[in-house]
Amino acid sequence: QDTQEKEKTLPPERAEEAKLKAKYPNLGQKPGGSDFLMKRLQKGQKYFDSGDYNMAKAKMKNKQLPSAGSDKNLVTGDHIPTPQDLPQRKSSLVTSKLAG
Amino acid sequence: FLGAGGGNDIQWCFSQVKGAVDDDVAEADIISTVEFNHSGELLATGDKGGRVVIFQQEQENKTQSHSRGEYNVYSTFQSHEPEFDYLKSLEIEEKINKIRWLPQKNAAQFLLSTNDKTIKLWKISERDKRPEGYNLKEEDGRYRDPTTVTTLRVPVFRPMDLMVEASPRRIFANAHTYHINSISINSDYETYLSADDLRINLWHLEITDRSFNIVDIKPANMEELTEVITAAEFHPNSCSTFVYSSSKGTIRLCDMRASALCDRHSKLFEEPEDPSNRSFFSEIISSISDVKFSHSGRYMMTRDYLSVKIWDLNMENRPVETYQVHEYLRSKLCSLYENDCIFDKFECCWNGLDIVMTGSYNNFFRMFDRNTKRDVTLEASRENNKPRTVLKPRKVCASGKRKKDEISVDSLDFNKKILHTAWHPKENIIAVATTNNLYIFQDKMN
Repeated sequence: QDTQEKEKTLPPERAEEAKLKAKYPNLGQKPGGSDFLMKRLQKGQKYFDSGDYNMAKAKMKNKQLPSAGSDKNLVTGDHIPTPQDLPQRKSSLVTSKLAG
Repeated sequence: FLGAGGGNDIQWCFSQVKGAVDDDVAEADIISTVEFNHSGELLATGDKGGRVVIFQQEQENKTQSHSRGEYNVYSTFQSHEPEFDYLKSLEIEEKINKIRWLPQKNAAQFLLSTNDKTIKLWKISERDKRPEGYNLKEEDGRYRDPTTVTTLRVPVFRPMDLMVEASPRRIFANAHTYHINSISINSDYETYLSADDLRINLWHLEITDRSFNIVDIKPANMEELTEVITAAEFHPNSCSTFVYSSSKGTIRLCDMRASALCDRHSKLFEEPEDPSNRSFFSEIISSISDVKFSHSGRYMMTRDYLSVKIWDLNMENRPVETYQVHEYLRSKLCSLYENDCIFDKFECCWNGLDIVMTGSYNNFFRMFDRNTKRDVTLEASRENNKPRTVLKPRKVCASGKRKKDEISVDSLDFNKKILHTAWHPKENIIAVATTNNLYIFQDKMN
């Protein structure tokens, strides 16, 4: 009876996990928090870098061409920038509205 | 929940709100940090546009005994500008991550402000008189023809309209490969620490070309990276002690007397996890977004995604108190992961001893009284902005039938987050930052 009860009502966190896995079956294939952590360390707007571009092209000779945006984990040389990756222009600096 | 009235419960009233009224928020106006100085007379904010705005509390008006002085703009300046890391082709944001005030030593005020990479020491000074009567210069600054000078006079200082000037006195740069999340001034008032995702550095306030690395958790092989540093703070009284929190929900206390590189902690604070409750989200929601010592230094408070925990420094194996901020979100983790809200970094603050405060969504913020064990949910909203009217407690209905005046979880606005709050060091005045507005509340005075 005890196991039956447990199967019926998953704790809310596990129910949410099941929902997520149903939507994104490939999630969590890589070990643990690695993905989040690398993404966190990489935070920041990346611009086109011709050095990166050429190094990535050189590596492509050995591997298959990756789709844009897939290998954002690596810092330099492995990501071929695409027009979608190029950032918006920054707005000009004015006085804060808190001081208005 | 904590109802209005009753014994020693604080009754919070709206005092002021700063910032634009319109809903269209410019990125630069997003408030990223709020901090009172040591006396509480000054209140600083930093924003995503790299600007600092400092408010000053006006002297108490003897005729208006029913309210404390209002905060008015004292100084505003551009602290950081956007930069570019040429090696990695990455932009360095000008967003001010933290501001920390130095204790006042003379007429000027000093604060440290930091973005992801560079910390700056700013001097804020007042000028209320200027010299007049130079011999070689006219009043407008033009130089006089020396041949026309026939007599000498002694320049004198004459009063002028108050001018508040901010000038950068020190720039502490090039010491962080990763993004700075914390700065903390030591109780010796001579040194401070800065922490990024993987390293913590110790600086001397006078020396900008050198800093000592005191914690380094970068693995030799980045593939083995399992946790990052999320916050760090010096102990308020013990100048060789500091703590740092991690993305795995642990806090390490280090003693700089033990070794030059404090990679081995003196104490490790971690609450044991129930393995049957583990899920994909467990580690993410256990990540500590803020750590703050109590004024005495006996306790520290940590904030993770769903709760606030109070730790006794003498007990490492579990917190002494846990307060649920918004437990009803546990059954929304899937969508909160999809919209990235699960990564929101909420801060927390003390009144010093027995009440803690933290923000939530829908412009709600929460307070927990450690003595009475009561809590309250309040809202920062322009709809409540009648001075001296007590704020009405809010309640979120997690499930079932929603009562009148309650708000259901699905109606919460997850774009309205209160990440930054601050408590006046001496009085019951609090500063609460919504996305682009700063609210000041104070307790009802009779």
